[in-house]
Order: sequence, then structure tokens, then C-alpha cells
Amino acid sequence: MDMKRSYFEDVRLFGSAAQVVWFLVLLAALFLFPFLAGPYYVYVVSYAAINVLVALGLNLLVGYTGQISLGHAGFFGIGAYATVLLMNKAALPLLLALLVASLIAAFFGFLLGLPALRLEGPYLAIATLGFGLTIEIIFEKWKFFGGSTGPPVPDFPIHFSSGLSMDQNIYFLVIPLTLAGTIAARNLVRSRVGRAFVAVRDSDIAASCMGVSLMYYKTLAFAVSAFFTGLAGGLFAFHLGQIDPTTFNLMLSIIFLAMVVVGGVASILGSVMGAVLLSVLNLKLKGLQLADFAAIPVIGQGVADFLGAFFMETGMANIRFIVYGLIMVLIMIVEPLGLYGFWIRTKIYWKTWPF
Amino acid sequence: MDSLLGLIQVFVGGFTVGSAYSLIALAMVIIYKTSEVLNFAQGDMAMAATFFAFSLLAVLGLPFYAALPAALLFAVLIGLAAEFLFLRRAKEPNLLGLIIITLGLEMIIFGLASWKWGADPKDLPFPVSPWDTIQIGGLIISYLELLTVATAAVVAAGLFLFFRYSKLGVAMKATQLNRNVARLMGIRTRRILLSAWGLSAGIGALAGLLIAPGGTVDPYMMWDPMMKGFASAVLGGMTSLPGAALGGCIMGVVENLFGFYVSTEFKSVVPFAIIVIVLCLKPSGLLARHYIRKV
Repeated sequence: MDMKRSYFEDVRLFGSAAQVVWFLVLLAALFLFPFLAGPYYVYVVSYAAINVLVALGLNLLVGYTGQISLGHAGFFGIGAYATVLLMNKAALPLLLALLVASLIAAFFGFLLGLPALRLEGPYLAIATLGFGLTIEIIFEKWKFFGGSTGPPVPDFPIHFSSGLSMDQNIYFLVIPLTLAGTIAARNLVRSRVGRAFVAVRDSDIAASCMGVSLMYYKTLAFAVSAFFTGLAGGLFAFHLGQIDPTTFNLMLSIIFLAMVVVGGVASILGSVMGAVLLSVLNLKLKGLQLADFAAIPVIGQGVADFLGAFFMETGMANIRFIVYGLIMVLIMIVEPLGLYGFWIRTKIYWKTWPF
Repeated sequence: MDSLLGLIQVFVGGFTVGSAYSLIALAMVIIYKTSEVLNFAQGDMAMAATFFAFSLLAVLGLPFYAALPAALLFAVLIGLAAEFLFLRRAKEPNLLGLIIITLGLEMIIFGLASWKWGADPKDLPFPVSPWDTIQIGGLIISYLELLTVATAAVVAAGLFLFFRYSKLGVAMKATQLNRNVARLMGIRTRRILLSAWGLSAGIGALAGLLIAPGGTVDPYMMWDPMMKGFASAVLGGMTSLPGAALGGCIMGVVENLFGFYVSTEFKSVVPFAIIVIVLCLKPSGLLARHYIRKV
């Protein structure tokens, strides 16, 4: 099957010519998409692409290096706030602000990586969780960050072409950055660094005996992961058009982790699939109405009556949390490798088909 | 003299808050001790039980002595269902996988509860008032605070006796030490895990019912206490029951001292700062034996 017969097969960027072709098709589709689809779908795809960046960063940390983080909303928030504040107060251009903000997030990732050198399991979970909550509270309570309404987000400054709407402009910035991030992550995991990450995950003691510096690679994993997340946060500020501290709460950290796990731990393709699935679900389920249930054939009216009688209609947006939770639990029970695992199984089934 | 009394008052206030944290920490430690699962759903299980009590009291108008056991029973059922339906079914459970399952459970319960009861805060009709106070030697304590401390003390003592003298408690300890050997000794380890979840959910619900009257009943009510309770459990060492009780008290006192003397705004950040510092010095918490992994 997909057996690797030599070292060079293992480190190739593309597995086969077919993959190159599909990649080019994807590039063309992504380029043409905003001209063919409606504005709402452009918005959805940008949102999904931003989440892909976060999922990639988090997967490098959780999937490849084996360090649990429940505080990635903190890095996301740092990226968003730093980008906006650098543009507002230091008048930096957007791209430079994004870069500096991501570096700031990476620095905080490095700082969080330091206690992680000595902590594992539940202890690391609580330390990262505390980090996320602390960042949220600092944004809310410190006057410099604009209090509970957050700082004003400047207008998106880049216009690629005069005919494009703002959402389309954001799309054309987000998509190349996400593609670059995906390729960077893919390159990272097939290089020396990525293999060091995997070695740290599988057994940190054995890795350090083999000469992998735990201090260097663990803090590096945190920093790289925070860089990706910070970049996504900066883009998210413009995508949403406003930021406030409660956006970056614990629930967001959990959803990021859910993207990684639903997609498949330690898999780049999995991160992309998980992030896209949960982002689309998030936007779709947010606007769920009772009428949507009534539209189901045959049983629809009965279900809608039941739900209307026993549940609050104002709370229907919370259905997405139930769906997320169910997906997370079922994935762990049915296929711990996530969507990537389903994909691999399907592929193997068809490749070996009559047997 | 006044400042000394003020200091003691702050201490006592922190201690009473801390005993609520202790209850949650104890509940988390019971599960972690027996099955090595970090139960992130603990807080929301308690929240659901509190909402259930609210429905019985305020909507159906049941008397409190009937609603309390019903709410506790409801919590125990949630705990049993969680273990039986989800945790037990997990394939190749590792730490991350188990955390994901309990996080997913948390989201399911959170979503269901805020769908059913809505996000607007409600008041729990509770027979013990959080506003009526008594004075003991110059210290002002409310009846609810007294009740919280008393409950935490009774639960902690009860758990100590339970794990020391009861057959089920000893079996739980054996299951934690080595599941296979416990099984060979004739202990039905799956039932032990099930009962640990039930017990823990019940204790968590007690905490929820004691926290709710001082604030409001809403879907987010247990987030903050749950984080503090988790932090307390980690501070105490995650596997040690006395550690969890002690951790909760330390957490409450330090938080209150900081809030009183330094800044109220950043009060809720303090526990995590303490946690990080303590863990850097003692990576397994205060009262747990340092766990050395065999390679």
C-alpha cells in the first residue's frame, strides 16, 4: 500500500504526481471561488481558512509534540489584539503588524513552554488553561486594551483590485497565508525538527537520550504553535471586524482542540478537514431556527412542537455545542484517528477493492 | 487590633469560598484517583443538577427536602450515564482522548442546559440565606458560608472514612493502584469506576447547590468554580484527597487576601499564578508522592 521504501519517499512534499495535479486544481478552485460564489460563502471560506491555520498550529503542538494545550484562545487573542493595537497606536502597515503580532504570540508561546518542561498530563492542562483565562482577564480589565468592548478594528487596508468587496480582499489575503502555513507545517513535520517533535511525543526520556534537546524542542513547539495561532488571530480581527475579550474564552480553546482531534491528531490533512468541518458547522448551526426542524419531512412538525414546548427558543444557538460535543465523543469512541482515519480507511478499502 | 480582625475576617471569608472549591476538587480527585480521567464535565454536571433543583423548586413548587435528594440523584444518574455510555466505550484511551471525551461531555451538557433553561440568570430558592449573618467573636459569617464549610468538612471526613474502612472504598483504592491485579482479586473494576463517577457527580452537585444561592443559576455558573476547583485539586496533587481539601482552602484564602489587599480586578488570575509557581517547584503538587515513570 502506502509503504515507504526509501528515505526520500518519506520526505517528499507530494506523494505522487496525482497529488500535484489535485493540488493545482485546488489552487485554481480557490482562486476562482470568490468570483463564482456568493459573498456569504466567501466569508465562510475565509473563516474556515483562519481556523485551518489555528488547527495546524495546535496540531503541531498537541498531535506531533504531545503537549496538551487548553489555552490557545489566549494566543489567538494576543495575535488579534497585537495586530489591531500595532496598527492603531504604532501605525504599522497590516502585513508588518501581522508579522510582529505573530512574533509576540510566539514569544508568549515560548514563555508558556518553559513551565511545560517540567509538567505533563493534568498539570500541563491546568497551566495552559490558566494561561488562556489570564489573557482573557487581562484584556478585559486593563484599560490599555480597550476594556470589555475591545479596541476599534481599523478598516482592512489592502485593496488587490478596485472591483473587489472587502470580504473578497480579506479572502485573497487569508487564503495565500493559509496555503503558506499548510506547506510550512508540512515541511516542518517532514524535517529534522518535526521528527524531533515526534520523538519527544513518543518518549521524551528516550528522545533526550538520543540527543534531542527537550528544552529546545518543547519550547520551539510552543512558539511555532503560538505563531500560527497568533497569525490566525490577527486575520480573524479583520474578518470579524471587531474584537472583544469574551471572544477569546475557554470555549474557543476547546473548539480549537476539537478541530484537531476531530480532524485527526498528528495529521496535516486531518487538521484541514477538522477545521473546515467545525467552522462550517459553527456558522450553519448558529442561525438554527425552530422552522428548520419543522421543515424535516414527516416527523418535522412533531419534533418542532416538542422542542418548542420543552426547550427555550432563544437557546437554539446552543445546539452547536451539543453537536460539537457529540462529534468529539463519537470520534474518540469510533475512530480515534478522526476524519483522517476515515479517509485512510476508505482509501485502503478502494485501493485493495476486490479483496 | 482592627486590622488584625480584618485580616482574620479575610482569612475566614477565603476559607469559606475555599471549602466550595474543595468540594469540587474532591469530586475531581475521586475520578482521577480511580480511573485517571480528568473530568472537565464536573462543573457542568453540577450546573445541570442545580438547574434541575431550580426546576423542582421554582417551577414545580416542590419543598426543599424533596428537591435536594432528587437533584443529587439526578447528578448521580448523569455521572453513571457518562461513564457507562461514553468513557467505557473509548477505544485505546490515552490521556488526550479521555480529556477530549470529558470536554465533549461538558459541551453536550452545557448545550442541553442552556437550550432547555436559557441563558438568563435565575435565583435558586434556598432555605439557608446567604445574606443573614451571625457574629462569632467579632467575625461576620453568613449562614450559607457556615453551611458550606460544614458540608465540606462532613464530606471530607466521610470520604476519609469511606476510603479507609468501607469495602467499596478499599476496592476503589485497589483499582487505582493496579487495575489488572484488582481484577484478579475479584474486584469488578468496571463497577468500581461506575460507582466512582456516581459518587463524584453527587459531591459535585452538592458544591453546585451551595454555590448557586450566593450568585445566580445560569449555564456559566460553574465555569469559574470548576476552574478553581480543578486548580485546587492539581495544587493538592490530583491523587490526594487531603491534598484536594487543603488545596481548595489555600486557593480560597490566597485569592481573598489578594483581592482585599492588592486588587479585586485581577483576583481570579491569582490561583493560576500560584499553580504555575507551585508546580515549577513541586511538579506533582503539594501532597502527592512524586510519580516516577518507568521507561
